[in-house]
Amino acid sequence: MTELDRRSRLAAAGPESGLSWDDAPYPALRIDAHGRAGAANRGARELFPALRGGREAAVPEWLLTSWRTATRAGGLVAERSFEAHPVRHDDGSVTLWLVEDTDTRLAREALRLERARTALLSEVSSALLATLNLDRCTEVAARLAAEHLADAALVVAPSSRAGFPVTLCRRGQEPVRTSVEADPDDVPGLGEALRGFPPVPSRWLDPAAAPAWLTGGEFGEVGSIVITPLPGHGVPAGALILLRSAGGERFSDEEEAFARMFAARAGAALSAARLLAQQASITETLMRDLLPPVLRQRGGVEFAGRYRAAQDTERVGGDFYDVHDGAGGESLAVLGDVCGKGLEAAVLTGKIRTMLQALLPMAGDHRRMLDHVNGGLFGTVGSRFVTLVLASVRRSGDDVHLRLTAAGHLPPLVVRVDGTVEEAATHGSLIGVLPEIVSTSADVVLGPGDTCLLYTDGITEARGGPLGDEMFGEDRLRRTLAECGGLPAEAVVERIQMLASQWVARSAHDDMAVLAITAPRVRRVAPVDRKETGA
Amino acid sequence: MRSVRNADLRAHADRLWDAVADGDEYRAGEAVTAALDDGTDPEAVLLDVIGAVQRKVGEEWAANRFTVAQEHAATAINERVLAAFPRTLRPEPGRGRVTVACVDGEWHAMPARLLAEVLRLRGFRVDYLGAQVPAPHLIAHLHRTGPDAVALSGSIATRLPAAHATITACQAAGTPVIAGGAAFGPDGRYARLFGAEAWAADARGAADRLAEGRLPRPKPPHQPIDDLPHLADQEYTMVSRTAPQLVKALYTGLEERIPAMRDYTDLQRQYTAEDLAHIVDFLATALYTGDGSLFTAFLTWTGAILDSRGVPAASLLPALELLGTQLHDFPRATGFLADAREQLRPASV
Repeated sequence: MTELDRRSRLAAAGPESGLSWDDAPYPALRIDAHGRAGAANRGARELFPALRGGREAAVPEWLLTSWRTATRAGGLVAERSFEAHPVRHDDGSVTLWLVEDTDTRLAREALRLERARTALLSEVSSALLATLNLDRCTEVAARLAAEHLADAALVVAPSSRAGFPVTLCRRGQEPVRTSVEADPDDVPGLGEALRGFPPVPSRWLDPAAAPAWLTGGEFGEVGSIVITPLPGHGVPAGALILLRSAGGERFSDEEEAFARMFAARAGAALSAARLLAQQASITETLMRDLLPPVLRQRGGVEFAGRYRAAQDTERVGGDFYDVHDGAGGESLAVLGDVCGKGLEAAVLTGKIRTMLQALLPMAGDHRRMLDHVNGGLFGTVGSRFVTLVLASVRRSGDDVHLRLTAAGHLPPLVVRVDGTVEEAATHGSLIGVLPEIVSTSADVVLGPGDTCLLYTDGITEARGGPLGDEMFGEDRLRRTLAECGGLPAEAVVERIQMLASQWVARSAHDDMAVLAITAPRVRRVAPVDRKETGA
Repeated sequence: MRSVRNADLRAHADRLWDAVADGDEYRAGEAVTAALDDGTDPEAVLLDVIGAVQRKVGEEWAANRFTVAQEHAATAINERVLAAFPRTLRPEPGRGRVTVACVDGEWHAMPARLLAEVLRLRGFRVDYLGAQVPAPHLIAHLHRTGPDAVALSGSIATRLPAAHATITACQAAGTPVIAGGAAFGPDGRYARLFGAEAWAADARGAADRLAEGRLPRPKPPHQPIDDLPHLADQEYTMVSRTAPQLVKALYTGLEERIPAMRDYTDLQRQYTAEDLAHIVDFLATALYTGDGSLFTAFLTWTGAILDSRGVPAASLLPALELLGTQLHDFPRATGFLADAREQLRPASV
């Protein structure tokens, strides 16, 4: 029996308890005011086999701190974790009761790691899903991989052409996009990863076998390389290549598993962005001819148009306008409104606009043109009809001569430079409903500063206003127009579109289109004359 | 070395102003060509000649010296001049891509157009979307093109809630926002309030900031209420949603108090209703931002305009009192209305 054992037993033996503190489930030891080890129960003796009574207590520093300050503390003894509960005695010595919390601590640590990983995955997911732009999404994936998984990351995109785009990001730096002219099959595992399906497991690559584009640059010596496929939504989304520098840690099993989870999310985001980019490019191509054209001055006449689709999410609808160059310096302006709404109506406007363009050679004869359009629409499947205004426009001296025909459409309004507003005396039948149509054209002459306004009923039937339920109406349109005498064409359409839009505010509305034809107010002087008069 | 002497710039601006006020596109173009031929820095031509003239157009309108139609005409001429600004001055873009857009419902496109041109001169690749662009188009554009930043321009205070919606939508699409324009306050306080990544007082400042380096990446997606916890009381939602009914009630109430209103013409009715709608709009905006000074400043400004037309500013008081009765359950609105009444009273005594 050692000295410590003996003293411990003595200390433990309570007069009548019959119990020894050796029986306590917690290790306990006493340290005197000078830091010398006193009594220790069996648990403590087993825990600190080197402890010798009366000598300086050979225990970890955190326990001495607990003894010194008589406050609770936690720490490791060998591989186990304890919390020390100090009890101070009258003689200045302290008994430290040690409560083991190894399991709790391990569980907590595992929980912390798991939480961090989940938080990271969720952060990664929101960052990846924030943008639907393929380039941005690729950059985000490369940056996040370099931040959390490796010293550098490359996102390799699949490509149908020779060579493939690569986005490289080193930790702490901005991603860089490059294009690599190489055969992906030269890198073991990369070709399969890029094909995407069937999915292949991630694969280690010997840095010595890696091509220069992968390990070259300013990265330094590469220690380990992992190639992970990015599984997309049934489409290949590319491959993720992770690099760690020589001397750094290799990838652990857990890290590899995490990299796979990361790759699954990155792949899903990238393939969504890729699919959207494909769809957007198709939409853009198809939409190009349906969008309202940008109008400009032609033949010495100002043209300006404004369009607002019924739905804020759409750019096209059932209203349309066009201005074409015709024969003999005469332009043909067209504004129309087809039945229906949204994309389906927009497709019909596309057909009618093409028809009208093909009929340009007969632009001098509005009735004949309308007959042809009517013939083209009448009797086709479904009820498809359109209201139209045709305006043949010709500058003559300072004046602009107009021939106007409204077919089932609101007649154009003319505002004179002094603010007088008149309605053009033209009317005619709807196009596409009856086998025969009627129409009456009107001839109008615009003097300098006069404007002729073509518009759709989306403007006049706009509901809203300060009280919320009033119609914009023709009277208000005329009043607005009366203020627009002498204004440039753009200013007229802007003013009307602005007032109508403010009128509807947030309420639902139909497509709105306006087209202004204006005789320029200021006479243009030839550049040669300018130089002479300017001198 | 390009000259930037202030006197020269003023002379060029005066020359352009004469042409623009005259509606003379040709002379206007000539004034800008002359400024460039003089060796004036193109950025100064944009901002201190064309931009200065545009500011003056706004001032003339605000001072009631220009009709709305004149304002539109002058702006249209100035815009044509800007559209004809020589593209050959633009360097090869190599500084990143910026989308320049206006807040949904904004009608003043010039500041944004000028910024777009300045950024092009500084070597940015710019997509200018213009005014009256619904927010969904802007967001679709961001996803399609993936720019480095959105520069958002706004001048109408009552469009601030829409500005906030646009800023958060851009950020949710992963694109940082630099905000600018009168709507965001002279010190940019509303840009900060709405969590924009940057704010600039003018086009030059915005270009400087963007040239300095990338804007920080946006915060993870969040809700408007994260920036504006006071919205939880729903006062803004209630007032903005019932605005037409409030205007109707105010109108009817005023008619009872002021018998002369019953003989108003249709046009007078419309104008009065529009004025009342404006008051409600500004109150709603103040409730949204939580800044009552926005409402008071609007009423003080309106009062000054009324004064200049020989109408006492205190004539606004009955409308404010009626509005107070309608909104007596809304403590924040009640507070703003009381402050505004307090402001208007001494001015009228």
